[in-house]
Amino acid sequence: MAETNAGPGRLLIGVYGLFAVAAGARAGVQIATRFADAPVAYTLSALAALIYLAATAGLALGDRRGRRLALACCTVELAGVLAVGASSLVWRDAVPDATVWSGFGAGYGFVPLVLPVLGLAWLRRTRPAVTR
Amino acid sequence: MAVNGALATATIVAGLTLAAWGGLTALLDRPPGRTHVWGAGLVEALLAALAGSVLIGLAGGGTVAEPVLFAGYLLTTLALLPAAVILARMEPSRWGSAIVGGAALVVPVLILRLQQLHG
Repeated sequence: MAETNAGPGRLLIGVYGLFAVAAGARAGVQIATRFADAPVAYTLSALAALIYLAATAGLALGDRRGRRLALACCTVELAGVLAVGASSLVWRDAVPDATVWSGFGAGYGFVPLVLPVLGLAWLRRTRPAVTR
Repeated sequence: MAVNGALATATIVAGLTLAAWGGLTALLDRPPGRTHVWGAGLVEALLAALAGSVLIGLAGGGTVAEPVLFAGYLLTTLALLPAAVILARMEPSRWGSAIVGGAALVVPVLILRLQQLHG
């Protein structure tokens, strides 16, 4: 039985941590310097950063609570990247400044789109074998 | 411009080489070893030299498009490999090598972003 926070899980924690820093720093700068320009986009960036941070913590904990937290984060993240990605294509003016999730994460090499899928797959793979 | 010079190119090449080494050793199912640590140390030394030359350039009257963002990228770039090595040492399997390779792959991207902001 693989541990949630070891093996490939440790690589996932690294990538999630990097994205927490990247999205968080970006949102921090945007909110501090020009929040009025695109409040929705910048709030969304900050929200994405918080989700990445929580997912990192959840995966690193790797226990029951951590896994539940990571599961919630990855699910919200996948829904978010799909919703924001789709709406950024349909209404090009809806989000005036790019977020991590715009264009399905194209600005970040589509990693934001792949990451929650990998996270969910890993959580499923490391599911504790308990009888329901 | 310091961030666009030969030193930056050398750092990008070194980063890509380390990324390839990390990826290869992960594929060969080898845990991270001294080569990974030394490789990361070499790239980190190049990054430190690059950061130093950028700071000297700024002290000499150079400007960047978004100073706060630029500083953020610079600090992230410097912190990335040490963090990756620490995480990789906790993971003595092929995935530790993959962590070093993945982080090394981000180095060239961050240098390109720094160059854009320096433009």
